This record gives sequence, C-alpha cells and structure tokens, in this order.
Amino acid sequence: MGRVLALLMGAAFGGGLWLSGMLNPAKILNFLDLAGTFDPSLIFVMGGGIPVAALGYWYMQRRTVPVIFRDIQVPLAAAVDRQLVLGALIFGVGWGIGGLCPGPALAAILIAPTSIGLFVIAMAAGSLAYQRLHG
Amino acid sequence: MTEFTPGLSVFGGLLIGLSAALGFAFFGRVIGISGILGRALQFDFGEIQWRVWFLVGLIGMPLLLELSVGSLHGFNPAPPMAMVIAGLLVGYGTRLGSGCTSGHGICGISRLSIRSVVATGCFMVSAIITVFVVRHVLGVN
Repeated sequence: MGRVLALLMGAAFGGGLWLSGMLNPAKILNFLDLAGTFDPSLIFVMGGGIPVAALGYWYMQRRTVPVIFRDIQVPLAAAVDRQLVLGALIFGVGWGIGGLCPGPALAAILIAPTSIGLFVIAMAAGSLAYQRLHG
Repeated sequence: MTEFTPGLSVFGGLLIGLSAALGFAFFGRVIGISGILGRALQFDFGEIQWRVWFLVGLIGMPLLLELSVGSLHGFNPAPPMAMVIAGLLVGYGTRLGSGCTSGHGICGISRLSIRSVVATGCFMVSAIITVFVVRHVLGVN
C-alpha cells in the first residue's frame, strides 16, 4: 500500500506541476519579474496547495501516529539561524537565474532531457559541494 | 510573455497540496524534493522505498501527460550557461537552507513553521531582485 500510495503522490505532485505551468521556467521568471512581464500564476499554485497540505497536517496531528509509518518526522527546529537565511537567499538567486527549483527540475527531466539535465547535474554538484564543505 | 493561468494553476496547486497532505497523513513526513535529493546523494537509504516510488511518479507523470495531451504552457528554458550557474546555486542553497519551494514553501508554510515562512520570504525576495538585475539592469532576456 505504501508503494502504490507513494507512486500516486509523486504522480499528483508531478501532474500538479505540469498542469499549473510550473514546469516552464519562463512562467517562474515572469512571476518574479514584478517590474516587467509579471505572471501571477505561481501565487495561485501556492494558494491552492497550502490549504490542502494544512488539512493533511492537521489530520496527522489529530491522529498522532501516521496511517502507514509508526512515527512522525517533521523538522522540530524553531530557531531562525544564519544558515537558513543564507541558504534561502542563495537558492533564490539560482531560482531567479534559471526559473527552476528542485521539484520542477526533476519533474521535467524526461520532457527536456538536455537543458534540464544540465541543471540537474549542476544541482547535484552544488548539493555535493555543500556536503564537502559542511558535511 | 507567458499567459496568466489562474484556473489551471489553482487546480495544479490543489494536486500538489494533496500530495503533501497525503505525505503528512499517511507517512508523517514532509514532502521536500531537495531533501529527497540530498538523502540520495548522501547514500542515505533509510526509508528509500517510498521515496523512490514517489520519484517515479514525479518524473513519469509529466512525461505521460506531455505525450498524451501535449504541452499546455510551452517550455522556454534559460541558456545552458545560466542553467549550470542556477543549478549550482539551487543545489548548494537548498542544502544550506534545509529546503526549497516544496519543503519550505508548501509543506512548511502549511504547518506555520516560522523557519519555513522566513526561508520562503528570503528566497522570494532574492529571486525577485535577481530577475530585476538580470532583466532590467543587465538587460538580458
């Protein structure tokens, strides 16, 4: 059951990204281009997604134990630290250059293997660089 | 120029939210793509199975839709050099900042995590500034 559900969750996530237009980097860049060809679609993606995710979170907390796994593992850290802010700022610069974040990059990799593949390889390299420096 | 698509984007967002909600309710886990990728690169194979099946769906579904329905929104990637620089920054930044648009933006905000709200604000602002500099100061389009 876990496997089928995980497959369906991946399909819903990937299908949602595809349907919402978030696989086209130009749509992301236009969302971020407030002074130019602004396209507010991404706000509608978040507006649709966050309340539904919140319902799932609420249900998980009410049950105290998830349906399939025996324990809940969500990040408990509450302190805003330098790494969090610096990491998010750096991620944003990359997001603003390429119009891609990790989810859409993986979701689009078979649709546009060459251009997206380049991004995904570089993303893996950046992630490995983090491990080398901080791991 | 891309077309503003509120209907399709809300519907797509609902599906993404459903995926995150099922992750909470059934697995008790945050669906974060940079986290899944980071674990794979650390050869952390604990609880690998559901993550692999999730990735199969995440990668397979868009291809299936693209082949059966066609492209709804078009596809305009940045030039190769921009992709490489962007990928490096996204890979490094999401690890240092413990998350990306899915883990912080959708899952984190939905559970009102202060860290995720701050992180989402930070990457939105730096991305908006980056696009402004690239498009309107440097004049690259």
